[in-house]
Amino acid sequence: TKFSQLSSPPPNFFGGASRESLKMEPLADCSLLPGEERIIDKDIIYICPFSGALKGKVFITNYRLYFKSADADPAVTLDVPLGAIGRVEKMGGASSRGENSYGLDITCKDMRNLRFALKQEGHSRRDIFDILFKYAFPLSHGLLLFAYLSQEKFEENGWSVYKPMEEFRRQGLPNDKWRVTFINANYELCDTYPTILVVPFKATEEDLRKVCTFRSRGRIPVLSWIHRENQAVICRCSQPLVGMSGKRNKDDERYLDLIREANGTAKLTIYDARPSVNAVANKATGGGYEGDDAYQNAELVFLDIHNIHVMRESLKKLKDIVYPNVEESHWLSSLESTHWLEHIKLVISGAIQVADKISGGNSVVVHCSDGWDRTAQLTSLAMLMLDSHYRTLRGFQVLLEKEWIGFGHKFANRIGHGDKNHADQDRSPIFVQFIDCVWQMTKQFPTAFEFNERLLVTILDHLFSCRFGTFLFNCERARDTNELRSKTVSLWSLVNSDLSFYQNPFYTPESNRVLYPVASMRHLELWVTYYIRWNPRIRQQQQSPVEQRYIELLALRDEYLKKLEELQLSDSSPNSSHLSNSSTPNAASPTQHITHLHTPF
Amino acid sequence: MFDGRVLLKQVILLFWPLISTWVQGAEKIDSCQLQVLEMLSSLGSAGGKSAKPSFVSYVTPEEIKSEKEPSRKEKHPDLLPGEVVFCSASTVLKYTQDDLSQRGVFGVLLCTNFRVSFVSDEEPTEEMVRTLFKNKLYGENDIPLSCVDNIYGDKRKLITGGLVKNKYPSKMIIHCKDLRVFQFSLSFSKEEDAKKIFQGIVHHCLEPKSLRCLFAFSYCENTSPNRKCVGGLFTKLLRKKQTVMFDSVEDWTQDMKRTKGNCRVVSENSNFELSPKLPQYFIVPKNVSDEDLTKYQGKGLPMWCWSHHSGCALFKTASIPLVQEDNVCCRMLTAVAHNHLYSVKTEDLSDTLPTVQDILLSYNKFKQFFLIDNTTEFWMSDMKWFSSLDNCGWLDIIRQCLQKAVEVVESLEKENTNVLIMEEGGSDLCCVVSSLVQLMLDPYYRTLLGFQSLVQKEWVAGGHAFLDRSNHLHLKDKVESQSPVFLLFLECVWQLQQQHGPAFQFSETYLTVLSDSVHVPVFTTFLFNNDGHRDSLLRAESPHTQRSPLNCPTVWDWSVQFDCKAQDLFTNPLYTEKPKQDTSVRKSYRPRHLRQLSLPSSAFKTPPKKGFFKDEADNLKKILGVKRLSRWMLSPSSDSPQTSSSVREFYEAWQTKPLDYHGLLLPCLDGPSIRVWMQRYLRWIHDVQILGGGPVAMLSKVSEILGEVQELQRQLDRHGCTLTSNHKGARPRAKTAAAVIAARSSVRLSSSFPFVTSRNWAFKPAIPTSLLQSLMVTGMPGNLADREDDGGPESLV
Repeated sequence: TKFSQLSSPPPNFFGGASRESLKMEPLADCSLLPGEERIIDKDIIYICPFSGALKGKVFITNYRLYFKSADADPAVTLDVPLGAIGRVEKMGGASSRGENSYGLDITCKDMRNLRFALKQEGHSRRDIFDILFKYAFPLSHGLLLFAYLSQEKFEENGWSVYKPMEEFRRQGLPNDKWRVTFINANYELCDTYPTILVVPFKATEEDLRKVCTFRSRGRIPVLSWIHRENQAVICRCSQPLVGMSGKRNKDDERYLDLIREANGTAKLTIYDARPSVNAVANKATGGGYEGDDAYQNAELVFLDIHNIHVMRESLKKLKDIVYPNVEESHWLSSLESTHWLEHIKLVISGAIQVADKISGGNSVVVHCSDGWDRTAQLTSLAMLMLDSHYRTLRGFQVLLEKEWIGFGHKFANRIGHGDKNHADQDRSPIFVQFIDCVWQMTKQFPTAFEFNERLLVTILDHLFSCRFGTFLFNCERARDTNELRSKTVSLWSLVNSDLSFYQNPFYTPESNRVLYPVASMRHLELWVTYYIRWNPRIRQQQQSPVEQRYIELLALRDEYLKKLEELQLSDSSPNSSHLSNSSTPNAASPTQHITHLHTPF
Repeated sequence: MFDGRVLLKQVILLFWPLISTWVQGAEKIDSCQLQVLEMLSSLGSAGGKSAKPSFVSYVTPEEIKSEKEPSRKEKHPDLLPGEVVFCSASTVLKYTQDDLSQRGVFGVLLCTNFRVSFVSDEEPTEEMVRTLFKNKLYGENDIPLSCVDNIYGDKRKLITGGLVKNKYPSKMIIHCKDLRVFQFSLSFSKEEDAKKIFQGIVHHCLEPKSLRCLFAFSYCENTSPNRKCVGGLFTKLLRKKQTVMFDSVEDWTQDMKRTKGNCRVVSENSNFELSPKLPQYFIVPKNVSDEDLTKYQGKGLPMWCWSHHSGCALFKTASIPLVQEDNVCCRMLTAVAHNHLYSVKTEDLSDTLPTVQDILLSYNKFKQFFLIDNTTEFWMSDMKWFSSLDNCGWLDIIRQCLQKAVEVVESLEKENTNVLIMEEGGSDLCCVVSSLVQLMLDPYYRTLLGFQSLVQKEWVAGGHAFLDRSNHLHLKDKVESQSPVFLLFLECVWQLQQQHGPAFQFSETYLTVLSDSVHVPVFTTFLFNNDGHRDSLLRAESPHTQRSPLNCPTVWDWSVQFDCKAQDLFTNPLYTEKPKQDTSVRKSYRPRHLRQLSLPSSAFKTPPKKGFFKDEADNLKKILGVKRLSRWMLSPSSDSPQTSSSVREFYEAWQTKPLDYHGLLLPCLDGPSIRVWMQRYLRWIHDVQILGGGPVAMLSKVSEILGEVQELQRQLDRHGCTLTSNHKGARPRAKTAAAVIAARSSVRLSSSFPFVTSRNWAFKPAIPTSLLQSLMVTGMPGNLADREDDGGPESLV
């Protein structure tokens, strides 16, 4: 169970400075995950960018790479899920000169690189390189991802967190304007969509099939979320297949008008996530955008969010300035030149516009090119702003299952699970960027979310780790084919078995409140505790001092209350009425978790 | 003004068909579109000149005259004692900042000997009256005269005192030193009135004046010194003990005793016989002779700041004129070295830190980012925010000061050497660095009273030229000496506080208010250049006998500005007092620093320090001939990479130890750790308020629970229950109730709490216009941006 919480490393996990790392027993003594097997041990030198070359031993299992230094005090340990490894390379040759010039260079997907040096004699790195290469990229070697080998058991079954019908019912669907259709039950309408879809009541199955032909990859506009009071909806889809000749499709036009009609909106707003230049350029490959002569009752707004390639390069640049060392001179200018926060700003401000429109009672349709990257970011962020349910621990899981996993964000391609082709152009940190946006929101509204930063980091760790099935494959169809839900464990099983660990003590539910974050660079900040967490100099406080103090006070209050109760029982004194007053409003606050919270650290 | 504007115009032209249909078709024009429209019109007509939004009034001037003129009597703000109205004008329009439509409220604009004041014609609503955090001296529509930073006329032309003759602008923009921005239209007032008020304001805010004209003097003559506020939690906290003023031998002696220093208290200057520039009382090393005291009017005298528990101490001094340097310098260094173990490091701050002029220049650039009178420009600048911030260098100056302080801390804490910091004058950066060092090393100064005492010791008694540095008097010959050095210090303190919140008894709000108070010309604290100056003026101005000088409040008398409820916001709910030790243990208890860094030297592989401290070796070697000195004075090359790596190692070694908020505190100096003081700088900018969010959302919850715990404690105490000893430490002492009240009332907190309450704002998000966003496209590298998400390389456009 020790490892069950390893997802987010303890503070100073990486640096020589860690007292926490002392607590971790060497791998030999500690239990592996059920289903995890040791493959090889080897004496090796870890070239730590913070503490210099460290002699020690590396253990490789079918799940992780684990290193423990031999003579450093306190010991330096590394615990890297093989899934987080993006690239393994040989460094130096047998004849290379210089100390520690012969070894391995490992590039990780989680913002760090690792260097190991070995003895130059006797091809000492051959076996470890081969094993690492094989087990870090199992799919390229005909092996199974670890999620399929894991035998982990949890109290909770995370696969039951999201039930599409239940979620639609929560939103008040179906109703007289919107119906549930099973037309995609066998993925025949659209192979990257989920089986259950909500569409305008007036649209027939035949209509859907016709619209399907005019939308890229058949991703027709379907309902994602409906506003309880004003019935405005967020619909998502892919771009229309307008092409160079400016094709029109009456069915598509009528279909969008049905969406508009459903709540009597005068104008339907179509948010095209792309910069308009890109939308125009897409005509050349058969795509495009909704022209205003064809869609009379719609207004089109471009949100200027860039594509997956731009985002990939941006994060690469960010890594360059934070790992291993934080850029010293002109940090802010360097940060700006990565454009990472600028992209975050555009995504958030796009989502604000969507949420604002919906609040004003206007239905919107959101798309980009294929409707599985930028579209997912926008719809899910807008829903996070609009619907407080998604700001709870379980609600957030539902949001991810629905908007990202269900609607076919191509996790397998974007992350490249188990795939050796590190230069694949399909890879992109779109989901990381989304989680960063969520983090920015939690930063601006520290009491509005039931979950804490730990949950977000855990999600990102297991986005790569391949320990859970949650983020594997591109779409529901592929998951069905590969029997994902029966053969792997869900990340939510881990999370929901230890909810208190991921709870924000400051959470104050406000059910009808729309959150509008401020999308100004003045308020956006780099998520230091994620992107720079490997640097020991960035103080990793397990809990923020504010949180710590709050939890102390909560405990103190409970203790005093108890003491007072005892006293009053013995005194049977009459002035208890006031007391019960002061304690009831906080009865729902997570006092019961305090005791739990102390143990994991 | 913006290079981007031309580009923007092109972008707009490019998308014109799209925009026009979009705008025409829209049923409801929302703010973002309005912004675009406005820009388009200005771009169209002015051909790329700065956007000048056309004025839209909802009431015509005629209407105003017929309706309001006859029935109205002259409106005044509630005048303070000694406050006199110079001039006023009615029917002045004050633009409301939070609205792009350029609407506003009409009212009377007045200029008194204390402030520029706007009194709205509209009856104040009940909500406005109940503002939580109200300054008793000036309201939200008042600007103390010394708080006026710049005045702009039409077309944003800077008004300088001399230029005004018979003209007056139709629009007047006032930028304040506390970063508020006021925009008034004078075009609806009578010409005579408008001219008078404009010239009056310009005269009283920008023209040179004598110190006696400052409001403090007429205010103090008309107030009795007895302003006590009863029952406030914060004042109770203050009343128990007082801020140490360092205006008596006892204060100095006590502070030296507290730190177990062993130096000589000098009282020979009590009537400023030695020099009017020296403090009335001060402390020098034991070995300084009487002869040395009188010789150079204090120049070169090492003044004691603080003693480390090891015995070494921090001294500061004004550098000595070159001619005399040799002799005096040696004697003084020897004196310092004799203080402890014959070791001394000297550091000339003028060599390594920015000058006061650099500080002013940088701050002037920095503050412009927050003086917002045009939302469009604000959002335009948003994309370049980080690099603009970087280029103005303000954060870097903060970092340098903190780093220098850490270097000194290292010498005191790790090497136990005496340190002498010096600069010309000895009362600017010396004050910054010495105060920071003491804040890092001594937890006493992180309490409220401790901090106030520190400011008294290092800044007020220490002779920081507050008057010259703020140039309240607008003297032409003092323009050069103006510089926000004290603000720089507060900025550094804020950084420390931001990184180690629970270590400080005072809150962020306290620091912000303190930084504002510098520009309220009522407090003796900030009106003079040194003790001698203060003494002579207060005596001269006294209406009574020479015995009792004029009794003016100091800034520490917070009840002058805030009522008790508001003062409660000055304490930090995260702060806990240090757990008291058992009396039995107390005898052996000596070091206050639980977190010492006496690591075995092998633990660090520190290369022998190469003298970044100014090399005084030659002189010293002759005099002292002590081996210890030569170790760190080997090479005179002062290379900063060495320094910063040493500081980093020191920081890292400290960081590995468990954090003790009552022990040594060091700041992290990495890029991401030095930040902008959001509360101070962003509080008035409507577009970046986080409604219902910001750190205050968390802190108010802490305050709330703290209030509950305190209430429970009281009940338990009533039951006569003694709490077990281990709880006493954790027993909260900080008293904050106002935040609780705010949280419980209907006021929605925002990130600018408590300075702005968000009740009156429309709940509409600020949306940066998408047109502005597309500017970024040009900045994108290569053709990546043109590529299709999943098309692969062949579909490159």
